Amino acid sequence: MLHPAGEDAAAVANLFWVMAAGTVVIWLIVMGITVYAVLGKKRPKTERFADRFILVGGVAFPTVTLAALLIFGLALLPDWVRTDRPDLRVHVTAEQYWWRVAYEMPDGSLVNSANELHLPAGQTAEFVLNSTDVIHSFWIPNLGGKMDVIPGRTNLWRLRPTDTGVFRGVCAEFCGPSHALMAFPVVVHEPSGFTTWLAGEATAAEERAGHALFISAGCGACHAVRGTSAGGAVGPDLTHFASRRTMAAGTLPISAENLQSWLIDPSHHKPDVRMPGYASLDAAERDALVSYLLDLK
Amino acid sequence: MTDKRAETEQLAKVWDNPRGWRALSDVNNSIIGLWYFAAAFAFMLFAGALALIIRVQLFVPDNTLVTSEFYSQVFTLHGTVMMFLFAVPIFEAVAILILPGMLGARDLPFPRLSAFGFWCYLIGGVFVCGSIFFNSAPDAGWFMYPPLSTEQSGIGADIWLLGLSFIEVASIAAAVELIVGVLKCRAPGMHINLTPLYGWYVLVVGGMILFAFPPLIAGDILFELERLLDWPFFDVTRGGDPLLWQHLFWIFGHPEVYIIFLPAIALLAMIVPTFAQREITGYSWIVLSALGTGFLSFGLWVHHMFTTGLPSVSLGFFSAASEAVAVPTGIQIFAFIATVMLGSVVRSVPMLFCLGALAVFIIGGLTGVMVAVAPFDFQVHDTYFIVAHLHYTLIGGMLFPVMAGICYYYPLIMGKELSRAYGIWSFWLMLIGFNMAFLPMHLTGMLGMPRRVFTYGADRGWTELNMISSVGAFIFAAGFLLLIWDCVRPKRHQKQVRRNVWNAGTLEWAARFGNSWGMRSIPEVNSRYPLWDDKDFLRKIDEGEGLLADAKEGRRETLVTSVLDAQPIQVLRVGTPSWLPMIAAAGLGCVFIFMTFKWWLPMGLGAVIFLSAVLRWLWTGSAEIPEKETKDIGGGKHIPLYVSGYKSTGWWAMFITMTGDLTAFLALLFGYFFFWTIHPDFPPPGIDGPGWFWPAIAGVFILCAWGLTLGARLVNAAGRPGLARLFLALGWLAALAGGLGLMAGPWTTGLDPTAHAYPAIVWALVIWILAHLATGMLMQGYGFARLLYGKATPTHDADLWNIALYWHFAAFSGVLAAVVIGGFPYLT
Repeated sequence: MLHPAGEDAAAVANLFWVMAAGTVVIWLIVMGITVYAVLGKKRPKTERFADRFILVGGVAFPTVTLAALLIFGLALLPDWVRTDRPDLRVHVTAEQYWWRVAYEMPDGSLVNSANELHLPAGQTAEFVLNSTDVIHSFWIPNLGGKMDVIPGRTNLWRLRPTDTGVFRGVCAEFCGPSHALMAFPVVVHEPSGFTTWLAGEATAAEERAGHALFISAGCGACHAVRGTSAGGAVGPDLTHFASRRTMAAGTLPISAENLQSWLIDPSHHKPDVRMPGYASLDAAERDALVSYLLDLK
Repeated sequence: MTDKRAETEQLAKVWDNPRGWRALSDVNNSIIGLWYFAAAFAFMLFAGALALIIRVQLFVPDNTLVTSEFYSQVFTLHGTVMMFLFAVPIFEAVAILILPGMLGARDLPFPRLSAFGFWCYLIGGVFVCGSIFFNSAPDAGWFMYPPLSTEQSGIGADIWLLGLSFIEVASIAAAVELIVGVLKCRAPGMHINLTPLYGWYVLVVGGMILFAFPPLIAGDILFELERLLDWPFFDVTRGGDPLLWQHLFWIFGHPEVYIIFLPAIALLAMIVPTFAQREITGYSWIVLSALGTGFLSFGLWVHHMFTTGLPSVSLGFFSAASEAVAVPTGIQIFAFIATVMLGSVVRSVPMLFCLGALAVFIIGGLTGVMVAVAPFDFQVHDTYFIVAHLHYTLIGGMLFPVMAGICYYYPLIMGKELSRAYGIWSFWLMLIGFNMAFLPMHLTGMLGMPRRVFTYGADRGWTELNMISSVGAFIFAAGFLLLIWDCVRPKRHQKQVRRNVWNAGTLEWAARFGNSWGMRSIPEVNSRYPLWDDKDFLRKIDEGEGLLADAKEGRRETLVTSVLDAQPIQVLRVGTPSWLPMIAAAGLGCVFIFMTFKWWLPMGLGAVIFLSAVLRWLWTGSAEIPEKETKDIGGGKHIPLYVSGYKSTGWWAMFITMTGDLTAFLALLFGYFFFWTIHPDFPPPGIDGPGWFWPAIAGVFILCAWGLTLGARLVNAAGRPGLARLFLALGWLAALAGGLGLMAGPWTTGLDPTAHAYPAIVWALVIWILAHLATGMLMQGYGFARLLYGKATPTHDADLWNIALYWHFAAFSGVLAAVVIGGFPYLT
């Protein structure tokens, strides 16, 4: 949050610096008075002084300072009843331990993706947050504050990135053994770049070599590869898997080696992960699967 | 003079601590307090070791020292043990140890209750801590948010729930004991406005425990019903809501912070005047601020839930309330500084720790002001910034003052001195180590590190900060261990310290080392610092010129005084060493522990042991009819040995206990209405309520049971104990009918508690009331037997007063429950 790339993050970083400066000054003053009270040579000695001292230091000063801080700070509260349409709406569903992402198109249809978020700079994105299992929390420190993702409730959260770049989003509420491994890269594009990217993401994949194996090994039961017969909805959508920056929700960079190792024993990389291991496949089959996945651009 | 010597010997004999293996049956506050203290520090060291595991794991990125599963257990237990097994019990330990002396009492009013609380605490604590050695510790974080914690397999969550519920019993027992102690056991003449500040803080904190712990107990009950019987209070698929737990937990959890903080500040309020060598300034300011802090702390809980998607107006309100609590805190701090300024400081180790506490706590307070601003909290919530903030408040606001208190009271309790050099070394190591560990965490958090992550990548830029924190943690631990070593190292060759070694002005320093009975005689007090204001004070005490200078009848006695102006109203005979508290605690322990494993038979056996022990304890050890009506306590005062009603300590204890009990019931009702607010249709479509008929019948019978119980006390007082017995018997039948009627409502309408949160909460309310009616029936039976055996008579009727008092509360809860479950569905 100290390197803001979004409107909310910038406002809060600003708020932080003001408060931090105030904190340091107040701490120095109080400790200065304390040291003086212990060591000072000509200290005031009357009860009358003590009463005033307590009144000023303990009542008047904090009341005034805190009132000012509240006015300044609460002005930054988001207005949750606002009805204006955001520029973009993204449905984010948190699951142990990954993120289901779906972009709402102007016609209301959804483009499914997972574990990576793309946003246009300078536009307001609204996140529709849901959880299917336990409580998670959706947080992109560079862009703004966090919002809990609670089963049974739909929380809305808006962010407005200002700078382009690649940032990191995380789960901020402890959600189980792989809580630390539930992240997602956030790519902020220029608006035109975002439109291009979304159009690409919306396209389906073609059936190609390895697809049959993907189905016969059972992958398609959980994972969808749009445009093919793999239509599972349990795990992350893999249609454009190879174009992402990370695999396993921000846990590993995408590489043939990591994919191999992941297929053999996913829980080695991510404890308590829902995906079973595929050590039973022979090496040639795994190689074929890995190259199929790396082709899903 | 020989008379006086014989008196002293008699006192010593009466108050002698049991020796050998019988020492474990002791109940005296000076012993129980020490045990409590030692246990609290043992648990603290355990939790500290867990913290060091955390710091080693985070020392380098991508560390594989411990597994994620183990790490979850480690941080969950670290938080749980520090909060429930150290921070709160240390308050109880210190208060049990020093409060009676401060008030001029010989012991607390219910020593056996202290012992019972201690054994509950020890058994429960060992059970909770021990779980990690079997890899089955709770692992969902110390606030146990469902659904993560409800869906977990294994018994970790059950251990947390049941183990801690058991320990909460100990906390509430101590709160009852200490509140009654402050209200009723002050030395004669010690008007409420002369009470040492520590006493005031104990009063406030005791009160807070009574209103804060019960919501958590209510939450625990709902939680365990969900885990054990699948009642879906927190399951969204069946009408539950995980946020209900968060509300109940934090309605407890925020006051909890002040329950920890205020008693430590109370120690500062005793230490600062001693070393400033003058009375505290702004006594009234401090008392009012303590009350204000206690009150406000119940209006802040939502600031732990800022990011759950609550409406802006709630955020604004709770932000403002959270800032407001800085005002009373500020007043207390400035009053201490003013005291120092007006006095002249004697440099000493306790004072050094006080100053360190101030420096550290103020940082925690100021970052608290920051996170109370909701938009800022959106960023730092659940990050290391919060970890830093909470450790600054808890270590600055609790641990440093407790260390100051240890250095200050060690000579009083142990009769020996601590090393000044060790103290200074320990202080600087702790101060430097602490800041090195926790100051960088603010930054780590703002750079995006969430709390409770077992690993992090090298590319995050958190590596160096985490390394600094880890090194600091070890320096901090070294400083802490140094002081502990200084406390426990053998000091056989050191000579005993002189009395009142710091020249303090308050009453606890009038005791001589080694007397478990406090002062030789109980003085009349007419100032806040009697040792300073009356130079002759100690001599009068020692020569037995005060009150209650003897123990002729061979009984342990202490004075009970009136609440406001401390006029003696009773010579209370307090409990003597007994195995019953330990047996009762062990029985109750069996209930909670075996429930975890679902071993129903041993659990039932435990319940029987518990009930038998408690009944025997009450039958033989309470409301005993004395051999004479009054006792000459000296100074021409003849004070009754038996009182009943609101003059007696027993009545107050019942009143206070039932206040807490009512709070728990109201927390359950809160659950009922919470479900109403989140469901558009309540009761939900397809599920009918329990109807109005049976609840109405139940309400009427419960009122009858109450009326008959109250009537029993009145007719007994009018000299008709036989009629009173009849009333109790009829009341027993009415209570039985009331209970059956209440159960008939949801039973006949076929409410299935596993189907939806609505029938589940109705049943939970019904079960709560049934348990209370059953307890009430047990009491009616007890009263009946007391009358029958002449243990209660028309003039000695404390039992009947207390039973009637119980029934005021039980009937109120019962009727309210009947009205809500029977009537409310017709309103919506």
